[in-house]
Amino acid sequence: MYFIVALSMIVFSAMAVTTRKILRAATYLLFTLFAGAVVYFMLDYEFLGAVQIAVYAGGIVVLFVFAILLTSRPGDNSERLTSKSRVLGAVAAIATLVITGYALISRVSVALAPKPEMQALDMQQLGSTLMGTGDGQYLLPFEAVSVLLLACIIGGVVVARKR
Amino acid sequence: MDITLPILILTIPLFMFFLLGLLGMKMSHKLAGTLGCLGMGTVLVLSYYTAYAYFFSGAPEFVNAAGERLQYIVFDQSWLTLYNPLEIRLGFLLDPISAMMLIVIPTISFMVHLYSMGYMRDHHGVFEHGFQRFYAFLSLFSFSMLGLVVATNIFQMYIFWELVGASSYLLIGFYYTRPSAVSASKKAFIVTRFADLGFLIGILILSFYTETFNFIEFTSVPVDGLANVSQVDLGTAEGVRNIFSTSAAPLFMGGSVLTWALVLIFMGGMGKSAMLPLHIWLPDAMEGPTPVSALIHAATMVVAGVYLVARLFPLYLMETTSLEIITVVGAITALYAAIVACTQIDIKRVLAFSTISQIAFMMVSLGVARPEFHEGLGYMASMFHLFTHAMFKALLFLGAGALIHAIGSNDYTEMHGLRKYMPVTHWTFLIGCLAIAGIIPFSGFFSKDEILSSCLGYSWVAYLWMSFVAFLTAFYMFRLYYLIFWWKEHKTHEGHHAPHDQPWTMTLPLVILAAISCVAGFIPFGNFVSWNGHPYDFMAHFDWNVATISLIVAILGIGLATVMYRKENSLPEKFRKAVPALWTWSYHRFYWDELYQFITHKIIFGSICRPLAWFDRHIIDGTMDSFATVTNKASDAIKPLQSGQIQMYVWYYLIGALALGTITVICLI
Amino acid sequence: MFCCGVYGFITRKNMIAMLVSLELMLNAVDINFVVFNRFLYPEQTEGMFFTLFAIAIAAAETALAIAIIINIFRAVRNIDVRSLNEMKF
Repeated sequence: MYFIVALSMIVFSAMAVTTRKILRAATYLLFTLFAGAVVYFMLDYEFLGAVQIAVYAGGIVVLFVFAILLTSRPGDNSERLTSKSRVLGAVAAIATLVITGYALISRVSVALAPKPEMQALDMQQLGSTLMGTGDGQYLLPFEAVSVLLLACIIGGVVVARKR
Repeated sequence: MDITLPILILTIPLFMFFLLGLLGMKMSHKLAGTLGCLGMGTVLVLSYYTAYAYFFSGAPEFVNAAGERLQYIVFDQSWLTLYNPLEIRLGFLLDPISAMMLIVIPTISFMVHLYSMGYMRDHHGVFEHGFQRFYAFLSLFSFSMLGLVVATNIFQMYIFWELVGASSYLLIGFYYTRPSAVSASKKAFIVTRFADLGFLIGILILSFYTETFNFIEFTSVPVDGLANVSQVDLGTAEGVRNIFSTSAAPLFMGGSVLTWALVLIFMGGMGKSAMLPLHIWLPDAMEGPTPVSALIHAATMVVAGVYLVARLFPLYLMETTSLEIITVVGAITALYAAIVACTQIDIKRVLAFSTISQIAFMMVSLGVARPEFHEGLGYMASMFHLFTHAMFKALLFLGAGALIHAIGSNDYTEMHGLRKYMPVTHWTFLIGCLAIAGIIPFSGFFSKDEILSSCLGYSWVAYLWMSFVAFLTAFYMFRLYYLIFWWKEHKTHEGHHAPHDQPWTMTLPLVILAAISCVAGFIPFGNFVSWNGHPYDFMAHFDWNVATISLIVAILGIGLATVMYRKENSLPEKFRKAVPALWTWSYHRFYWDELYQFITHKIIFGSICRPLAWFDRHIIDGTMDSFATVTNKASDAIKPLQSGQIQMYVWYYLIGALALGTITVICLI
Repeated sequence: MFCCGVYGFITRKNMIAMLVSLELMLNAVDINFVVFNRFLYPEQTEGMFFTLFAIAIAAAETALAIAIIINIFRAVRNIDVRSLNEMKF
C-alpha cells in the first residue's frame, strides 16, 4: 500500500515540474497533495491528514488556479527550456538526492522497520495541547501563527490592490 | 652676569622673524623695514654691552687672577638627554671669541638692515616685492648665527649651523622666480649639507669617545699647557681626553680616532667656509641680493668654519696632523681663488673669490698656529683677520651693491669712470681696497701682517706662498677699482639717468664701515682674544721686517694693477695672449663646476639614481599597483555572479548548503 | 519529492510553476517530520504539531506570493522569472 502511494507521489511530482502547461502542473500538484494526505492517514495522524486536504489541497491549489487564470491567457505554454538550465537543475537535484540520501540512510538504520505501536490521538488531548500554556504546549506558536496570518492578509491586500 | 640680556640677544631676532614672517604682508614695507632695523639695533646695543662687560668689567667670572680670560657659561639648559651623561644642551657661552663675534655679527647685520632699506627699491623708490619677507629672513639668519657663536656644546652649534644653512638657502633664493637663483640656492644648500655629513660623523665620533658634547669639557686645558696632558689621571674631564693620546687611541686606516673626528669636523667647516673642493656654491650664491652677499657671504656665515676650528683649537693642537691638513687645504684654496679672481668680469664674483681667498688666509693662519711660536700667534691673527675682514668685506660688498643699484647690472664693463658721479661710494670703496691689500694704516695691514708672521714661524714655504697670494689680492682688487672708477666713461652715463650717489640709508653704512676699517687695526687684539685666555701684546712682538716686506709686496701688487689698468690700454690683451691657457682656465674657474656636473650627472645620477628610480617606479609601485589591479580583476570576475536571476541565486545557495552538508557528513563519519 | 521540487524551482521559467515546485518542497519536508516523529518517538507529538503549523504558514505565504505575482504581472505584463533581473551589478 505504502509503495503505491509513494510511487504515485513521486511520479506526480515529477510530472508537475516538467509539464509545459501550467494548469496541468497545478493538477498534478493536487494529486501529489492527496498522496501526502494518504500518507498521513496511514501514519495514524488523522487530524493532520484532514488539515492537509482542507487547507493545502482545498485552499492553496484553488488559489493557484485563480492565479494561473488571472495571469496567463489560455493556451499559453512555456517554451522549451534551455539545456543549460536543465543541466544545472539536474545537477542540483541529483546532488541533493545523493547527499541527503546518504546522510539519511547511513544514519538511520531502520529503513524498513515496521511501524511501532502508537496509541490513537485523542482530539481533546490534541486541542488542549494546542491551546495550553504549559510545558510542551503550543499556545504561543498558535497565537504567533494567527498574527502571521493577519499580516499575510493585510500584506496581500496591500500588495495586490488596484492603483 | 644677568642672564636676561643674553637671552634677549637671542630671542629678539627670533621674535622679529616670526613677527615679520607672519604679519609682514599686512604691514607696509616701511614699517616692516623699520621694525627689522629697530630689532637689530636693540640687539646691537645689548651685544655691545655684553661684550663690554666681558672684556672690560674685570668681574671675577670673566677674568681670573692671572689676567686670563675665562670661559663663562651664562646659562645652559638640558634639552635632550641621549643617555646619561650625554645630553644635548642649549646655552650661552661667553668667551673671548664669542664675545668678539657678538660685536661683529650685530654690527654687520645692523648695517645690512639699514642698507637694505635703501637698496631694495628701484629708482623710483618703490619697494621691492617681498621686502618684508627679506627682513624676516635677515632676522632668522641673525638669530641662527648668534646662536651658533654662543653655543656651549658642539651639538647646539650643529643645530644652529643647519639653521644658518637654511637661512642662507632662503636668502640666496630670494628672487625665487629666477631659475638661476633657485639653482644657486639649491647648490649652496646641497654642498653645505654634504659637508655637514662629515661634520655630524665627526661630532658622533668625538662624543662617542668622550661622552660629552660640551666645549668646555673638550677644551679645558691645564694652565701650564699641553705638556702635562698625558699625565693627567683618568678621573677628570681632562683625563677623559687621555683616550686620544697616541699610544692608546684606537686606530682606523692609519689615523687615530681623534684625527678622523677632527678632519671630519673640518670637512663641515670646509663646506660652510667654501674651501676647495667645496667652494663651488659661493660664486653662484651671488645670485642673491647684494645685502645678503654682504651679510652672509662676506662677513658671517662663511666664517663659521673658521670659528668652528677656533672653538675646538685645543683639540686640534693635540693632533697636529689635522692642523697640517687644514694648512694645506687653506693654502691651495687661497691661491686658486686669487688666480681666478684676476680674470672675472662680474663685480660680485670677484668679491666672492676674494672672500674665499681671505677665508683661506684665516684657515691657514689657524693651521700654522702653535703654542710654542709666540703663544699661538696664528690663532690670534686669524681671529683678528676675521674681525677686520668682516668689516672691510662688508664695506666692499655694500659698495658694490651701490654701484649695481646705480648702474643696474653686475658687469663692470658698463661701469667705467664712475668716480665723478659717486664720490662717497668711490672713497669708501677705495678705503676697502686699501684695507684688503694691506696698506698701513688700515686694518687689513695689521691683521694680514700677523698672519704672515705666523706663517714664517711655521715654514718659509708657507710664508712665500701666502705672500704671493697677498700680492695677487692687491692686484685684482685694484684692477677692479680702476676698471670701475677710472677709464673713460660710457656715453650713457651722461644724460638724464646719470648714476648718482645713493640715499643716506645706503651711504651711511658705507661710511661707518670705512671708518671702522681705518681704525680697527689699532685695537690691541691680543689683549682680548687668544687661544688660552692669556693676553698677548701684539705691538711688543711686532716683527717689523715681515711688516715691511708685506707692505712692499702689496705696493707692488697695486703698482702692477695701476700700470695695467689705470688707463685703457692693451697690456691686458697682450698678457692674455701670452698665457692663453692659464687665462682661459682661470676665467672658467678651473672648470670645477663642470667637473661636479659631470660627477653628479653621469656618475651619481646614472649609476645610482636612475636604477633606484626604476626600482621604485616598477617594483615598489608595481607591487602596490598590483594589489589594486588584482583586487579589481577579482571583483570583475565575481561580478557576473550577481546577475539578477533569482534561480541562479537559489542554485548557488543550494550548492553552498550541500557543500556544508557534505563536510558535516564527512566529518561525522 | 524534494529533489523534484529543487529541479523544478531551478528550471522553470513561469513564476507560478516555481511556486508549485516550492509547494512540493515544503510538502516533502512536512512528510519527513511526521515520519520521523512516528517512527522514532511514537509517544510524543512534536512533529505533528510542527507540520500543522508549517501547513498553515505555507498557506499564508503562498497567498502572499500570489499577490506579489499578480502585482508583477500588472507591471511587466508577463510572469517570466528571467525578466526580473534589474537587481544586479
